[in-house]
Amino acid sequence: MSDDLDAWPIIDTTDTLVSVRGAHVRFGAVRGAGAGAVRAVDGVDLEVARGEVLALVGESGCGKTTLIRSMIGLEPLAEGSITVDGHEVTRNARQLRSLRRRAQMIFQDPTGALNPRHTIFEAVAEGLRIHRISGDETELVTAALASAGLRPPERYLRRFPHELSGGQRQRVLIAAAMALDPVVLLADEPVASLDASIRGEILALMRSYVDTHGVSIIAVTHDLGLAWNIADRVAVMYLGRIVELGPTEEVLADPQHPYTRALLSVVPETRRMEQQILQGETPDPSRMPTGCRFHPRCPVVASGEAARLGIEARCRGEDPVLTVRSVGHTAACHL
Amino acid sequence: MSILELRDLSVTYRTEGGDVPAVRGVDLTIEAGDTVGLAGESGCGKSTIAGAVLRLLPAGTRVDGQVLLDGEDVYEMKPGRLRAVRWTSAAIVFQGALHSLNPVHRVGAQIAEAIRVHGSVDGRAIATRVGALLEQVGIPASRASRYPHQLSGGQRQRVLIALALACEPKLLIADEPTTALDVMVQAQVLDLLASLQRDHGLAMLFITHDLSVLTHACRRLAVMYAGRIVETGLGVDVFRDPQHPYSRALAGAFPTIGDPASRLRPSGLAGDPPDPSALPTGCPFHPRCAVAVDACRTTDVRLLPVGSASSEASAACVHVETR
Repeated sequence: MSDDLDAWPIIDTTDTLVSVRGAHVRFGAVRGAGAGAVRAVDGVDLEVARGEVLALVGESGCGKTTLIRSMIGLEPLAEGSITVDGHEVTRNARQLRSLRRRAQMIFQDPTGALNPRHTIFEAVAEGLRIHRISGDETELVTAALASAGLRPPERYLRRFPHELSGGQRQRVLIAAAMALDPVVLLADEPVASLDASIRGEILALMRSYVDTHGVSIIAVTHDLGLAWNIADRVAVMYLGRIVELGPTEEVLADPQHPYTRALLSVVPETRRMEQQILQGETPDPSRMPTGCRFHPRCPVVASGEAARLGIEARCRGEDPVLTVRSVGHTAACHL
Repeated sequence: MSILELRDLSVTYRTEGGDVPAVRGVDLTIEAGDTVGLAGESGCGKSTIAGAVLRLLPAGTRVDGQVLLDGEDVYEMKPGRLRAVRWTSAAIVFQGALHSLNPVHRVGAQIAEAIRVHGSVDGRAIATRVGALLEQVGIPASRASRYPHQLSGGQRQRVLIALALACEPKLLIADEPTTALDVMVQAQVLDLLASLQRDHGLAMLFITHDLSVLTHACRRLAVMYAGRIVETGLGVDVFRDPQHPYSRALAGAFPTIGDPASRLRPSGLAGDPPDPSALPTGCPFHPRCAVAVDACRTTDVRLLPVGSASSEASAACVHVETR
């Protein structure tokens, strides 16, 4: 693997586009339930470069969607700060509108994201109107549709979402986002609702905007194959925190955190690894485990290996921080 | 005797817009204890087959050919006999566990109902059986008193599997049983299905668009396109060495993590599945096929045996070299 490293794109981290510092998002505590606030995002530091594709992976409830929503001010931070293209994400309505033009969300379910009574033309033109983009509306819409692979675009303008396939609908949403000339696409499981056969085409389309428009993409996904297909770097989240971060080929070929290893081992395609099926589901983020938040499900602790290595007490009592494992590759584990 | 045999099965939906042929001549055999995966995109007819096996299709739907369950033709059964074989000979686990369970009944009561309908009426015996079924799918028996909304998605899917097992069927039909689940929970459910199959000799027809899941869970695979099986064979063979260009595209959609060939090169199939009411001429796959030749526009190739005699493989394409 390492022989090929020179062939991979080098990410210039000096050209930071999105910067997340010490971010915390909490949801209100339920009175009388005996639990604290839900710590959905619990101390995240992350930088994404211009033109970089980052895959944010983890199980449901790990906070990955909350994190990208906080990048466009949909979830206010309890602590910390986020800047996008040099501007801090605030609660000021005017600043938020300008931010939301430059940072565009792509949602998982294209059917739910499109108004069934609006034509494809209206779906794309709406954003242009909201953000008062100057220029000929029809021209902008047709150009956006064509660039998203809906050709000839004129054929789609007067059609309704139900007349399109799932893949075509997702292309419409990507066209609507790209029509606003954003600097970053925040994609929440962009292909999870699509047939496996057409996912590749949509991913290739998203990746093509990186090359042609220099846009950055933060893709939230539970699919490590997707990360391998399009991402320059991978961030693995568990219970509100990034537990491993690094270049895709490093994280997926040489995972350092036991959680990343377990996630990789259950990809049906990965025959070379022994399956480590973690029992149960992600714990309740309002009752954060002590020590390392992963220790109650950690195979290294459960197998007794942590005890043999003399680190079990730390796993149970000490919250690990991200430490450097190789160039640009960090993991939060006492191992 | 085979537990399930489909003989030249065709299913045509009658709609206001005309007849829609969803399944067009499918032959498929599942031996007792075997696992068969049915792969294909939305609209290829794979879920229609699941419905056809237990006569769960909308009234008026035309079904031709034969469905033999344990040697008995399902479409010649009297209503009483049909009710008896549903759940006891074959049971279905549907996609979307939230919608398959009744939200206002406790999950234990829903399992108990299935047991009661099919024989046992002794309350205590039923309660014991419900507890045992839940434990079998990895849910504590105490959760029988919960309502569906109080369980997680993975637990609801397990409850549906327990429900399907209530009358000890010989065949389990699982229609996208893991599609809505998270990766780790998907692995747990697949693991559970594999152990049920191993320990109880349950035969399984596993239906999903996810070829990688099928390869993992099934011994044999059948790939469907536009209402027909276009390739069958052993799971590993179909995934690693697909013969039909469509299977090749499906398999290519799952990158091998660590393989430089698929790194930053997402691969997929251009275009969309054909409209079943207006199928292309010749081979229905030819408009999307990367290797189509003139003959493909006029020749509709049927399944032909390919590869070595031991491979159990066949494919429907003018390019394959028949055995």
